[in-house]
Amino acid sequence: MAKATVSLGGRDILDLDSLSVEEYELILKTAAEMKRIMKRDIKKVPSLRGKSIINLFYEPSTRTRTSFELAGKYLGADVVNITTSSSSVVKGECLRDTILTVQSMACDAIVMRHPIEGAAAYAADVSKAVIINAGDGAHAHPSQGLLDMFTIREQGKDFKGLKMAIVGDILYSRVARTNIAAWTKLGADVHVAGPMTLMPHDIEALGVTVHKRVEDAIEGADVIDILRIQLERQQKGLFPSAREYARIFGINEKRLALAKPDVTILHPGPMNRGLEISWDVGYCDNAKIRDEVQNGVAVRMALLFLTLTGGKQIENIN
Amino acid sequence: MKTLIKNGRVVDPSQNLDAVMDVLIEDGVVAAIDKKIETAADEVFDASGLVVAPGLVDVHTHLREPGLEAKEDIVTGTMAAAAGGVTTIACMPNTKPVVDNSIIVSGIKERAAREGYVNVEVIGAISKGEQGKELAELGDMAEKGAMAFSDDGHYVESSRLFLLAARYVSAFDKVLISHSIEEELNHEGYMHEGAVSARIGVPGIPYISEDIAVARDCIIAEYTGAHVHIAHVASKGALDIIRRAKARGVNVTCEVTVHHLTLTDEACSGYSTATRVSPPLRSMDHVEACRQALKDGTADAIVTDHAPHAPEEKDVEFRYAPNGFTGLETSLGVILTELYHTGLFTINEIIDKMSTAPANIFALNAGSLKAGSPADVTVIDLDKEWTVDNTKFYTRGNVTPFNGKHCKGKAVATMVAGKFVMRDGVVCGK
Repeated sequence: MAKATVSLGGRDILDLDSLSVEEYELILKTAAEMKRIMKRDIKKVPSLRGKSIINLFYEPSTRTRTSFELAGKYLGADVVNITTSSSSVVKGECLRDTILTVQSMACDAIVMRHPIEGAAAYAADVSKAVIINAGDGAHAHPSQGLLDMFTIREQGKDFKGLKMAIVGDILYSRVARTNIAAWTKLGADVHVAGPMTLMPHDIEALGVTVHKRVEDAIEGADVIDILRIQLERQQKGLFPSAREYARIFGINEKRLALAKPDVTILHPGPMNRGLEISWDVGYCDNAKIRDEVQNGVAVRMALLFLTLTGGKQIENIN
Repeated sequence: MKTLIKNGRVVDPSQNLDAVMDVLIEDGVVAAIDKKIETAADEVFDASGLVVAPGLVDVHTHLREPGLEAKEDIVTGTMAAAAGGVTTIACMPNTKPVVDNSIIVSGIKERAAREGYVNVEVIGAISKGEQGKELAELGDMAEKGAMAFSDDGHYVESSRLFLLAARYVSAFDKVLISHSIEEELNHEGYMHEGAVSARIGVPGIPYISEDIAVARDCIIAEYTGAHVHIAHVASKGALDIIRRAKARGVNVTCEVTVHHLTLTDEACSGYSTATRVSPPLRSMDHVEACRQALKDGTADAIVTDHAPHAPEEKDVEFRYAPNGFTGLETSLGVILTELYHTGLFTINEIIDKMSTAPANIFALNAGSLKAGSPADVTVIDLDKEWTVDNTKFYTRGNVTPFNGKHCKGKAVATMVAGKFVMRDGVVCGK
């Protein structure tokens, strides 16, 4: 392990805009070590023994919450989950008081999922504990962005000059915003497509190319990130029908043939098979969707380790 | 009681005056204004090096009384006005209950006369309960001295109701003030739709929601001949529609706010609820358009839209925060800093837009230092440097996007009806 020149000790992880490329590299390198631990028979190290982590989830989540929970536990931390249905939030407690209450229990990190953009930044202002944003509205989902980055690197792809396509509901997607921020920073050529009702006004200002036809976005692509379509968007009238979405914007074998033969397919999950992604594409060799899930645990281990220890005990892991 | 304000630079757009003069105040009115006035007075106020202007008039504020006193009341709101150099404020009717009948109009006016520090004009609701369904008793409220009518906070969605209001109110020579925002287009949005909202993931409000509403209001003003005043215009498109309507002779006027003249949507990028307002802070092209409209006469007045909220209401996630923030104590300082000291506007233009012009729109006996006018005076130190500190505010709603801003220029004395209500930043006189 190369000696770290940057440290994330005590840092809040709110989005990928506010992390440098060097900090991305540190996280990815650390995540590679963590992935080795995950492959051991006994997947447990004492690096975060005595540290406590609270998963504070204001939105339903299975994979992100479980992934953070296992990440903390593999590193020996105590991890507690709070979901809105079982907390004082239903009694009307404001976010400030919830954060202060949780912090008073001497927790070291709060992993927070919240439906409102900016909620993570608000929590970080209030909290002395490290805040790790596990998704705030349509703003950011940094651990998802980092696990995508890790997965793409694992395929031997570096970002500079690569054609990356992000397809689907860009407007409401924190995954899209996170990956656009990171991939443009890494020098990739980012293309977006989807129904124009789900495309943010002025998104070109983020340095991406907007396509009206999904085929143009994925033609010659090195990576395709297929976003999940929430069925409630259709109920709000943002596109006419699921059937039409699948036909015009869904990624199937025929459309996939436009991309590079070794294209990497990502999807943040859970997939709506037959809607944004066809059955065969979801299971093809290029789809690295289950790799993403595994890498997610490693990346989250790295984030918890680096923010809570500053990376000082890395030698204990090796 | 005689007060002589000596050697000030009198800037009074109502008489095209900009000269060093003395102003004699007697029994609450301006008794004389001349190059040199030598007379015995109870107090001589030395205004050497200072600007002496007709008291500032802010026709768009919220005093929150009755019913919302956790945010503000008539006493705290008028103290804030006095502190900011504002001598007349008009308060919007979106209180609890809504100001939609003459009893509440009279009640606010009486309480303000008894307990307030500055002149308070009352704006009545256009529709009962601001529900947009049927006309409120506009004639009754007009008789009790309502300044104008507005459903501020809501667009009168029904074109028929707005047409009826325009026709009905013209018999009473009153102005309709329209909160011209097509609410359906705002949908879930809570900031300006543009590059910043795209980046930070906040649902956007397209600026055309103003344009569409303003176009309808101008059409109804033109058809009926009624005077329609558009509140807080912040869209370049809406300003252009108003410009063209005025050129055709339509009886339409409009105001722009201090914040839409000086802040962009970049201020929202940290999700500070102090930047949440309706219409939202927009991109620089719209800010430039507001300034241009002010310059070419499309925009008639500068207002604060002083909209205080209790601290706990604003200490929430961005999406949950109510729109609006406090403004009376910062308006003059911010405008002088951003529009005067930058060379964009003269002090005469600024006093006109913050005093004389709004008084004229609503036919108020204000905005002038002509002999016989009420002695409402704002004394301004154009070069006084100060920093906005919301812990020192008189208003109950301490949230402002200008907190910590370094300003140049400030009111140093405020006089209402011949009595000082603020000196050196300290409210006094009750």
